[in-house]
Amino acid sequence: MPQIDVPLEKLRFGQTSRQDAWWLAPLLTVLGLGVGFGYLTWAMFQPEHYWWGPYLSPVCSPEIFGNSPFSWFGPKPAWFPWPSSVPFLPALLILWAPGGFRFTCYYYRGTYYKAFWGDPPGCAVGEPRSTYRGENSFPLIIQNIHRYFLYVAVIFIFLLGNEVLGATQFPGPGAPDRHFGIGVGTLVMLTNLVLVSCYTFGCHSFRHLVGGVLDIFSKSKGRKKAYDCVTCLNKRHGLFAWLSLASMCCTELYIRLCSMGVISDWRIF
Amino acid sequence: MPNANFKVWRGDAKGGAFKDYSTDVSEGMVVLDAIHKIQADSANDLACRWNCKAGKCGSCSAEINGKPKLMCMTRMADLPLDRPITVEPMKTFPLIKDLVTDVSWNYAVKKTIKGFAPRKPDAPDGTWRMQQDDIERPQEFRKCIECFLCQDVCHVLRDHHLHDKFIGPRFLIYTAQLEMNPLDTGDRVPDLKHEHGIGFCNITKCCTKVCPEEITITDNAIIPLKERVVDRMYDPLTKLLRVLKG
Ligand code: SF4
Ligand code: SF4
Ligand code: FES
Ligand code: FES
Repeated sequence: MPQIDVPLEKLRFGQTSRQDAWWLAPLLTVLGLGVGFGYLTWAMFQPEHYWWGPYLSPVCSPEIFGNSPFSWFGPKPAWFPWPSSVPFLPALLILWAPGGFRFTCYYYRGTYYKAFWGDPPGCAVGEPRSTYRGENSFPLIIQNIHRYFLYVAVIFIFLLGNEVLGATQFPGPGAPDRHFGIGVGTLVMLTNLVLVSCYTFGCHSFRHLVGGVLDIFSKSKGRKKAYDCVTCLNKRHGLFAWLSLASMCCTELYIRLCSMGVISDWRIF
Repeated sequence: MPNANFKVWRGDAKGGAFKDYSTDVSEGMVVLDAIHKIQADSANDLACRWNCKAGKCGSCSAEINGKPKLMCMTRMADLPLDRPITVEPMKTFPLIKDLVTDVSWNYAVKKTIKGFAPRKPDAPDGTWRMQQDDIERPQEFRKCIECFLCQDVCHVLRDHHLHDKFIGPRFLIYTAQLEMNPLDTGDRVPDLKHEHGIGFCNITKCCTKVCPEEITITDNAIIPLKERVVDRMYDPLTKLLRVLKG
């Protein structure tokens, strides 16, 4: 590769002639991601109040083992390795999947490299470190695993959809009777499903796999259609990344507050 | 007529500093007009490069108030006049004089990218048939005017000076333009990883933000190329599928 022979100016950390508030976007990102992922991490470590009535918090969905009626295989079996002094946390079994999906998402990557690592702190603003390896070598080369998290995330969308269907089946006074109904919580969960789906199906890896990999679209009309649909969501991928993070937090919080008795769910019918 | 104050970088490879100038601003004026006025009135030896004054030749790239921009497409009316406007040369390339940098590294990089290799002609008269659906993607990248503002803002080049390892966003879109061309048969994927350093891009999108042609550099060119590299170099499943397909 060609080189530049004369030494170029070394920029100091924060050096810039920009006059606008370039620091505002990274600051808001740190706050937004800190609050969003901070809350979800906190919720993950709460052994109780993750379900109410027909609602299950998205943080624990699907619940593989656990004490709620949503658990697939009932309470944690005795053979399952878990420290006896710590209450069982069903979210820990599954949250690596959506967590890994978001951590390796191209949009989030670009955002947190900037806001948390200062790589760069802002466009045309000097960086804090002089060494740089990017995603060219270990550890960040691992980000290339993203499409595998996508496969799991697509399965999770169907499971989340199933939870929304379940959220229309309210327990009767004499459980286990269930009857159809819609509460505010059902709509909150449905909104969350829609936003998480828009985020997941706008993924760059998904866009590549459904059609971006092709050089000639005209021979695969179906894939071209799919590619166009994904592109449409992909254009707003950053927006859906934030909206779906917010909806995850709000849904979890809503169900938690219902379960704690702080608010009561309003039945629409 | 309002007056605008400027701080214009004056100097050469040995060093330099900002110098203060002021000039009258009239309606419809762009920064390049103001620089020309300063050149005519008070700094005859001020060096700046320009050609079309229409945002199409890519010559007048500079940093205005710290942001990489074309001088001929930056309206004075869009800049705050209550403080001096800074105009300085691009930082990613060696300085020749004042606002003029030596961008020849870019031309040398372009030569390292495997050229267009079309398939056999579709018709006996030596021509090809293409569908609009197939050329939409490369067409976006052909809008590039080679202003090199994206190269200037890219931190891999600007801050880390990895010119010998990374071709930069301009040449990633050039590679994408060739790779996604429906007629092309060339294979640039191994070069992207090994020679052209696509892994150095951390998708922070500054290149997309500064492109005067509004090419969606990161989302439409770099990430799709990264995915092609994943197909070939990292994903065991696609590797297996390729082996099975033969
Ligand atoms: S997205 Fe990649 S190529 Fe574009 S400026 Fe950022 S690091 Fe450079
Ligand atoms: S991609 Fe855009 S910013 Fe980069 S050289 Fe081409 S026109 Fe300029
Ligand atoms: S790129 Fe964001 S989820 Fe895949
Ligand atoms: S003078 Fe041609 S782009 Fe500005």
